[in-house]
Amino acid sequence: MRFIDEFRNSTVAERVALRIQERKTRPVNLMEVCGTHTVAIFKHGIRQFLPEKVNMLSGPGCPVCVTPNADIDKAIALAQNAGVILTTFGDMMKVPGSYSSLHQVKAAGADIRVVYSVLDALRIAENNPHKSVVFFGVGFETTAPTTASAILEAEQLGIDNFFFHSVHKLIPPAMRALLDSNEVHIDGFICPGHVSTIIGSQPYEFIPREYGIPCVITGFEPLDILQAIDMLLEQISTEEPRVDIQYRRAVRKEGNPIALKYLSTVFEVIDTCWRGIGIIPGSGLKLGQRYKRLDAERTFKIVPGPPKEAAGCRCGDILRGVSRPQECRLFAKACTPEHPVGPCMVSTEGTCSAWYLYGEESKALSPPGEP
Amino acid sequence: MCLAVPVRVIQIDGLKALVELGGLTRQASIMLVPDTQVGDYVLLHAGFAIQKLDEKEAEETIRLFAEIAERVTD
Repeated sequence: MRFIDEFRNSTVAERVALRIQERKTRPVNLMEVCGTHTVAIFKHGIRQFLPEKVNMLSGPGCPVCVTPNADIDKAIALAQNAGVILTTFGDMMKVPGSYSSLHQVKAAGADIRVVYSVLDALRIAENNPHKSVVFFGVGFETTAPTTASAILEAEQLGIDNFFFHSVHKLIPPAMRALLDSNEVHIDGFICPGHVSTIIGSQPYEFIPREYGIPCVITGFEPLDILQAIDMLLEQISTEEPRVDIQYRRAVRKEGNPIALKYLSTVFEVIDTCWRGIGIIPGSGLKLGQRYKRLDAERTFKIVPGPPKEAAGCRCGDILRGVSRPQECRLFAKACTPEHPVGPCMVSTEGTCSAWYLYGEESKALSPPGEP
Repeated sequence: MCLAVPVRVIQIDGLKALVELGGLTRQASIMLVPDTQVGDYVLLHAGFAIQKLDEKEAEETIRLFAEIAERVTD
């Protein structure tokens, strides 16, 4: 398939890997921020091609995983309102909140519908004028513009029964929070490719400038990732940290100005809470003044109860790159994809799920050419 | 969840498009990339085209891979 197969050539991948292995570098920690990268790195067996001195860390880029229990509890409470149809992406269904999950309350009778796109939720609102349809919007800068578009479209169509529980989040402030925490040493960032199609490269500039750390905005095919690692090592060895774009076919320096305009029209930036990290300044998107009336939390009376965390779950440490899943005593024992205790095991992009499915021993299973 | 796939635009009606990937077609919104033309490749995420793919840049990246591969062999 066009734009995919060319970036999976195993012969070329082996050569790029060889170049990485031949590089004289000190031991480095490279963090892939995005959950889609985490999965791609495991799925394509990228780790098996890397020398021991190149250590890959997974960051907080799985939106399902970083949504704190308080926000999941609110979604559950909203779904339990009579007359409400709650719509959300499939990944959110099994995430345990403090007391229950959307999956469990659906089984108990709540009207919850999984959608592929916020536009599907808009259609549900259009087809159910006597119900209130709430979209539980999770996701980073890649997904938030789709929510903004649907809000603008609903307004244009005069649909007035469509509400939002928006917990959209912004990636660069989370990267700053990780760096400021000093908990984990990072020598280079594999920056998220699809977030960057929207925001461009400028929002990462503070990382090389203020922290001296190289960044490469990276695509998701095996050759993209290997090339990005090579580019990071180059920046590290020349001690010239900057933001490079490896994923040039999709990412422009300025991002997508139309998507950015919709974001600023619909949302305002707020401080928000990330699971495992806490409140990060300027990292959340809430409906702005003009669209506040669509905020489900303001429209419906909900009393979700005080949020609490599952005992023993170390998702928080894993999201900060401080711990690996194997260091959690629940991993692969009490916590599996079938019976997840924490969100990092629920989401297909969660670090625990990726380690569970592909783990160390899967290293030889999938060479880059045959995903 | 930031998964996006390259699809080819085969039909456009206002801000709605029909896109194709590996023989499968589906509807997509081009509200975020309104200057999309039939024949363009776009990244599809959650029902929306989020960015156009630049064929020249893609070829340039592939050329770079080839260059690296050659240099390593030498």
